[in-house]
Amino acid sequence: MAKMHVKMTVNGKPVEALAEPRTLLIHFLREDLGLTGPHIGCDTSHCGACTVDLNGRSIKSCTVFVAQANGAELTTIEGIAGADGAPHPLQKAFREHHGLQCGFCTPGMITRAMRLLEENPNPTDAEIRNGISGNLCRCTGYQNIVKAISAAAAEMAGAREAAE
Amino acid sequence: MSGQVASAGERAEKLQGLGSARKRVEDARFTQGKGNYVDDIKMPGMLFGDFVRSPHAHARIKGINKDAALALPGVHAVLTAADLKPLNLHYMPTLAGDVQAVLAEEKVLFQGQEVAFIVADNRYVAADAVDLVEVDYEALPVVIDPLKAMADDAPVLREDLAGKTEGAHGPRRHHNHIFTWEVGDAEATGEAIGRADVVAREFISYQRVHPCPLETCGCVASMDKVNGQLTVWGTFQAPHAVRTVASLISNIPEHKIRIVSPDIGGGFGNKVGVYPGYICAIVASIVTGVPIKWVEDRIENLSATAFARDYHMTGEIAATSDGTITALKAHVIADHGAFDSCADPTRFPAGFFSICTGSYDIPVAHVTVDGVYTNKAPGGVAYRCSFRVTEASYFIERMIDVLARKLDMDPAELRLKNLIAKNRFPYTSALGWEYDSGDYDTAMKKALGAVGYDALRAEQKANREAFAKGETRSLMGIGVAFFTEIVGAGPIKNCDILGLGMFDSCEIRIHPTGSAIARLGTISQGQGHATTFAQILATEIGIPAENITIEEGDTDTAPYGLGTYGSRSTPVAGAATAMAGRKIRAKAQMIAAYLLEVHEGDLEWDIDRFQVKGAPERCKTMAEIAFASYNQAIPGLEPGLEAVSYYDPPNMTYPFGAYICVVDIDIDTGVTSIRRFYALDDCGTRINPMIIEGQVHGGLTEALAIAMGQELAYDEGGNLGQSSFLDYFLPTAVETPVWETDHTVTPSPHHPIGAKGVGESPNVGGVSAFSNAVNDAFAHLGLIHTQMPHDHWRVWKTAERLGLTA
Amino acid sequence: MIPGAFEYHRPTSLDEAIGIMADKGDTARVLAGGHSLIPMMKLRLAMPEHIVDLQAIDQLNGISEDGGSVVMGATTTQAEIIASDLIARACPLIIEAATQIADPQVRACGTIGGNLANGDPANDMPAVMLALNAEYRVRGPEGERRIAARDFYEGTFITALGEGEILVAIHLPPSPAGYAYTKQKRKVGDYATAAAAVVLAMQGGKCSKAAIALTNVGDTPLLASAAAAALVGTAVDAAAIDAAAEAAMSIARPVADGRGPSDFRTHIAGVMTRRAIETARGRAA
Repeated sequence: MAKMHVKMTVNGKPVEALAEPRTLLIHFLREDLGLTGPHIGCDTSHCGACTVDLNGRSIKSCTVFVAQANGAELTTIEGIAGADGAPHPLQKAFREHHGLQCGFCTPGMITRAMRLLEENPNPTDAEIRNGISGNLCRCTGYQNIVKAISAAAAEMAGAREAAE
Repeated sequence: MSGQVASAGERAEKLQGLGSARKRVEDARFTQGKGNYVDDIKMPGMLFGDFVRSPHAHARIKGINKDAALALPGVHAVLTAADLKPLNLHYMPTLAGDVQAVLAEEKVLFQGQEVAFIVADNRYVAADAVDLVEVDYEALPVVIDPLKAMADDAPVLREDLAGKTEGAHGPRRHHNHIFTWEVGDAEATGEAIGRADVVAREFISYQRVHPCPLETCGCVASMDKVNGQLTVWGTFQAPHAVRTVASLISNIPEHKIRIVSPDIGGGFGNKVGVYPGYICAIVASIVTGVPIKWVEDRIENLSATAFARDYHMTGEIAATSDGTITALKAHVIADHGAFDSCADPTRFPAGFFSICTGSYDIPVAHVTVDGVYTNKAPGGVAYRCSFRVTEASYFIERMIDVLARKLDMDPAELRLKNLIAKNRFPYTSALGWEYDSGDYDTAMKKALGAVGYDALRAEQKANREAFAKGETRSLMGIGVAFFTEIVGAGPIKNCDILGLGMFDSCEIRIHPTGSAIARLGTISQGQGHATTFAQILATEIGIPAENITIEEGDTDTAPYGLGTYGSRSTPVAGAATAMAGRKIRAKAQMIAAYLLEVHEGDLEWDIDRFQVKGAPERCKTMAEIAFASYNQAIPGLEPGLEAVSYYDPPNMTYPFGAYICVVDIDIDTGVTSIRRFYALDDCGTRINPMIIEGQVHGGLTEALAIAMGQELAYDEGGNLGQSSFLDYFLPTAVETPVWETDHTVTPSPHHPIGAKGVGESPNVGGVSAFSNAVNDAFAHLGLIHTQMPHDHWRVWKTAERLGLTA
Repeated sequence: MIPGAFEYHRPTSLDEAIGIMADKGDTARVLAGGHSLIPMMKLRLAMPEHIVDLQAIDQLNGISEDGGSVVMGATTTQAEIIASDLIARACPLIIEAATQIADPQVRACGTIGGNLANGDPANDMPAVMLALNAEYRVRGPEGERRIAARDFYEGTFITALGEGEILVAIHLPPSPAGYAYTKQKRKVGDYATAAAAVVLAMQGGKCSKAAIALTNVGDTPLLASAAAAALVGTAVDAAAIDAAAEAAMSIARPVADGRGPSDFRTHIAGVMTRRAIETARGRAA
């Protein structure tokens, strides 16, 4: 089937490519753009390993056609560190609190957590658990992930206060 | 040497050695999305492989038409059994002494079985081509119930084994029979049961489940025709074993094969064996001359790769009237699916199921296991099971509770009465295992105290009264489990896989400027080896862990090992690491003696240096010694500072633990809330408490899933009901409770650093604790045993049967 | 895992979309949030040759007031609904249901129109609309018309939508004070084992009106009229609730699946009805 021309902004940079409309966004990111941070863990839109940020929303990129993302603004795990390369507080917190083991769910989890904290900067543990209920993990049992997100939220709140 | 000497405490802390909650070195790349998993690998000219799979559980293949698929632009090849047969690769040997079809030849034996392999430009063309292959099937009657697999009129499954009355593990007495394995004393056990005061009997099923790591299986195979070198990157928990097996079946010499396990997104035993996808990718690469990537999707992973459990166990437990256990008998029907591809040590077709006397001092026991074929996916050993220890532990922990009901005794009290006493260690069980060390009584009492067990039972009594009066529709359950694991396979004299002894290895090289690289025969899939093995070495050789690179997984550079599964890395490779470190230190001592112009015996080791006894200011740090090894001509010593150890463990190790679970069951909905879960683990010496805690959290979450909802259930037609996450139960953060972890430390007397391993303990103990809790909730109403999984409808049905739901 | 190939269209007006649908007939499917259609396409259970993406049609998105009615555009996402102050005031039942659908990422994409127009008996919003007595505004090649939600669902994946018709908006009448959407599921993200949507109003200690609808226990959402009638005129006491639950169970005909056998799922329909009524009653005071 004929390819279409797609343009979007990914991690702050403009991107242009030719792709079949049916190309799943996760495949476009991983194969065409070489962004292998987001992963594929299932076939039925459950696991969330493919989570990226599209136009300010956490979405499962395995359930979006590249055609739909034409014109969109995307952030993947590769784009969440600071402009100077400084790690995002979530990246630091996940390491500090052992919020990962095999690392496969981690890019999607952190990308989702980033948007969660934008939507709800001071979540309770229950709100965090609900907020990441679209991201499955098989290694950690979630407990340290919740700790990490909570710690990052506290650090980011502290930084905001300091800046004010 | 100049400047202030840091205190001993400061020096030890700088090492971040044994016992340190050192943060992980792996996290830098994973948190930035810079991991290197199989599906991240891209190579020039690489093509993609995908399977045509059977929709039928049992059918004859009348014909395969590839024409339309081959005509699709972008398709390079469509392989079938006919293409593999001239290479003798249409079947491959399994780890259990059976053979497995790589591509189905005359018939298919399970839904999802591989029938044809497409090679195409990319995965989109490959998927389109899969739809275009026409396979003509003639359906055959299906065998799904393992209890009926050996009926006289059961359909024949394995026509390729026709006439073979001798299997890999002994005689076969039926066309669907694989093996019978027996251990213990049948006569003495029968006799003890016959004269016992009390005998409890129960049928306990452990349902088929799947380890389901978040990353599916896959590989990139690349045959370099110019150099005659085959390289395969893949999801391999045992890369060296894969290399040897690949060489044996392909006739490519082993020195021309390089197997690389890159980052692996979880293994849990799903990635131990060799799958048809690996073989087909290798063949396709040889045929096309370019790299071939094969990565399965989730439905394929759940339908066709190594499942776990499917053990159907009939138990008899005998006791005196005051609750002293006198005998245990178990008969198991083991469902291995269509091919026995179980990843057990060769001599143990039922794994270490004979640990089923558990933590209890049982004088006589007898076990028989019958393995059978059915029309389901092949396998059996996986999912954090330590080779069937999950099954064995579940069996004994349920039997203890069943006996407790019969005796009208508290299940914790019955356990305390029968736990192996501390002064009995090393303890030889009735089924032949020598448990290395344990202080069970202390651990059990600590656990009971931590949860306030007596108060919980009092609360439960009040709850039961309230329920009977109609004041509440919630029933409280308390589940106790005291498990003993057997891990660290294992001593070469009885543990081998396809003849490869289950030792493991570590090779260390110290650089002139005092940092080091160590390579191991194991391979992490999330367990943090790059962090923890450096800690072991830091304590042994006094170089900070952050200055030690740990590498695994590349068979060209790593010393031979049997890989990571069955919680064997710390017991075996961890021991090799300590031993190699001690060889380094022994040579370092000689170098230090030369440099300090003293006799070796005049030196003592102090954290990171050798110092002269009585004159500690005269010392050499390991960093100074390292440089000297490259710089000094020392009589009788070779230059350099490196060592290798291949470690044959003298015994397995026996981690243990006490888990207590409190649940509240809503009788009207069948929903079980996990109110509290307390897990006390004893894994001997604790290398990194942070990582141990993470392992326990993760294993308990898997146990929760198994006990409360996971199953791979087939209908009468052999159709799998849970081939995707729509129905295969994986808990989210919402369903997962908070885990409380605790520990005792009983070092292993035979392990160089006393460590036992912990990865699988939570899955072993957790399932029993959950299941015992659910059963306990109804015990006062006459329930003896109800089968897992304890999902809403089954719990409600139990309540209905007990007359609670009207 | 890989969908079949298709031609992609992104019309910027409703009439343009309808034109394409009319032209391509049953080889075309509309795409809103995509979280029902794309999973089906990935499993190759649906293989449309044309996809008509509605994301650029502004008039389909958004929540507004029209007279006494709240109007939801069909491509409004579940997340937008949950965040809507207007819906929170006028129709909180919808938000209570939306928060129990799928997971955060799916809700960020999944639309109210997609949840309503598919005819999938497992979707949650149809029962909510039945209970609220909502009206669907649809437009097709012949023009626009309104269909009552209670007349919309005919069978599994069979609705009253005609050839080439697209769901445009949902019109919501004023909602009674008492409401609840009570859903039992195996885990977050699962469809309902059974769920009940209840709205009711109390006047002078007696129930003056009530509506009850059930999710995923039939081949369509089920309006439990007799169950609701059992509440009207009563104090919504234990006896009335019992009667309502019995009536609800009597119309449930769930399939047996991984969630349980049919008798269990019917029983749960009764329990959900019971609990939803109790919650709604508490909110109606």
